[in-house]
Amino acid sequence: MGRTLLEKVWDLHTVRKLPTGQTQLFVGLHLVHEVTSPQACDMLRLHGRGVAFPDRTWATIDHIVPTDGQRRPFADGMAEQMTAALERNCREFRIPLFDLSSADRGIVHVIGPELGLTQPGMTIACGDSHTSTHGAFGSIAFGIGTSQVRDVLASQCLAMEPLRVRRIDVTGALPRGVYAKDVVLAIIRRLGVNGGVGFAYEFGGAVVDRMDMEERMTLCNMSIEGGARVGYVNPDATTFAYLRGRTYVPAGDAFDRAVTWWRSIASDPDAVYADCLPLDGGAIAPMVTWGINPGQSLSVEERVPGPADGGPGGGAAIEEALAYMGLEAGQTIAGTRIDVAFIGSCTNGRLSDLRAAAAVARGRRVARHVRALVVPGSERVRQAAEAEGLHEIFREAGFDWREAGCSMCLAMNPDRLNGRELCASSSNRNFKGRQGSPTGRTMLMSPAMVAAAAIAGEVADVRRMLPAGEGA
Amino acid sequence: MSAHADSRIERVTGRALPLPGDDIDTDRIMPARFLKAVSFDGLERHVFEDDRKAGAGTGVTHPFDDPRFAGARVVVTARNFGCGSSREHAPQGLVRWGVRAVVGISFAEIFFSNSTTLGMACVCVSEPDAAALRALVEQAPGTEVTVDLAAQTVKAGGRTWPCSMPASARQAMLTGTWDATAMLTADFDAVRATAARLPYIRGF
Repeated sequence: MGRTLLEKVWDLHTVRKLPTGQTQLFVGLHLVHEVTSPQACDMLRLHGRGVAFPDRTWATIDHIVPTDGQRRPFADGMAEQMTAALERNCREFRIPLFDLSSADRGIVHVIGPELGLTQPGMTIACGDSHTSTHGAFGSIAFGIGTSQVRDVLASQCLAMEPLRVRRIDVTGALPRGVYAKDVVLAIIRRLGVNGGVGFAYEFGGAVVDRMDMEERMTLCNMSIEGGARVGYVNPDATTFAYLRGRTYVPAGDAFDRAVTWWRSIASDPDAVYADCLPLDGGAIAPMVTWGINPGQSLSVEERVPGPADGGPGGGAAIEEALAYMGLEAGQTIAGTRIDVAFIGSCTNGRLSDLRAAAAVARGRRVARHVRALVVPGSERVRQAAEAEGLHEIFREAGFDWREAGCSMCLAMNPDRLNGRELCASSSNRNFKGRQGSPTGRTMLMSPAMVAAAAIAGEVADVRRMLPAGEGA
Repeated sequence: MSAHADSRIERVTGRALPLPGDDIDTDRIMPARFLKAVSFDGLERHVFEDDRKAGAGTGVTHPFDDPRFAGARVVVTARNFGCGSSREHAPQGLVRWGVRAVVGISFAEIFFSNSTTLGMACVCVSEPDAAALRALVEQAPGTEVTVDLAAQTVKAGGRTWPCSMPASARQAMLTGTWDATAMLTADFDAVRATAARLPYIRGF
């Protein structure tokens, strides 16, 4: 009987069965950032422990960095203190750090793949739920909490429960103006925000096979929003082509041997899945969230549901979301006035995302009442975008062009919503208060849809704004 | 593995707090601005801070502000509790507030592992049982609730409901090994042997 990638990678990284029945799983790559690591390092010091595998550990700073001037010391004293703590911990425990002076810095889930640290067949952990992003490469990657960060630092291992695998086949071809973000929002709408609990999602099918690596990262990134801690795509020629030549990827004959091994860890054709879901990619339209979790979404053509329409959580959940968002049941989602537009994040802050948004913004102007910003996911993304002039397109259209960081996805830096502002956002969470204002409102959509909303001043169908001959 | 006699958690007994609503995310439990710190100290003050303020503005008292539920050790909630961000600050805040067990219909996975790693039990009951428990606690706030991990039951007001917790996490609580560091570092030779057989560590 064939095996899935998850089973193969899991078995290979199993150290032993723990007395509790959990699996002691070896972590091949541990990524560290400033928000979830200082307490873990304090715990190590408290118990006189060191870092077991500093050569399998890398750190960066992303959540709290300002994006409108990254000179130290930061104006925000606590941001400065957190940065200094990370620097001190990395020095003490000999963890390599991509700090603010590094050309390789950026959002942890953007730079891991960029540098080739992320590779097929690895187990990858990070104190951040969007670690699932790295599954795009055929790794088993998942978020952990700070006590588990401590465990990985101390032992390079975690005590884990087994996962089942759900295969999600996206068939057909995506229509023009429909992107990976729309696919994953459609999947979460279908399966719910808790549908993936206990599962790893294996994404496949013709649509996923044709996706480039950045699109696959968007897809896997939001697995966690559907409750699946792990999402992955089997490695293929697209994966190997992306990896070739990257800093931490083996070169020469070693690369060829790596490819042979990477191929071998993909799911077997006769692998058995706990569950399967087929989804017609051709039927997906540009998606927008209308509520307060990523499952509360609809296509830009639809009307906002009401309490009588039912759904997860029942009428009460819909009423709560409508009241928070200030929307009326039955209104079209298109035409909803926005205040802020945010393009960036580990979900959609890569070069192809910025290109898609720039294609819409080119030669147009952001609506007068909209505050719009573009935040590249990494310093490399920023440089690549500037090399092809994307920053000029955005600036001419009235967008702010910023430096790399997590920024307004979770507003741990100065970029945030004020009051009840409504933000069209390419990020991953539309939770109450997520973007820094306790009453702020978020509508998730693709970067191209955010650009369209910024220009129209309201939620708009990007398919009507795409230049001839371009688009997905 | 060393036994941690004083760490064993067989049951949690205390007053309970009803927290209705599915999909309560960790941004709501602990808004991101309180993650700007280098320690977990003081997080108990900020549990559900924005929800509490929003309710106060409209005359609704949040359960965490309701004097009837002061000192609760058990939270009774609904489906998919703790979804979203992996921030351990959320369960840290709850534990520091005094919560020792959460009873729900289901839990988000990362929240579950963060909580049990801190020794806070997360047990699942059926949807009607969760509703019945919340109603009971709402009507008689002083009622003592016992979450019994050994018997896998929740007891309150003379009634008993079955509850469940994944076997291994439950075992870790019962044997006092929920803080996994000691277990994970116990056999370091086995860890090294695993690393040595991985092609990407061997160098292909």
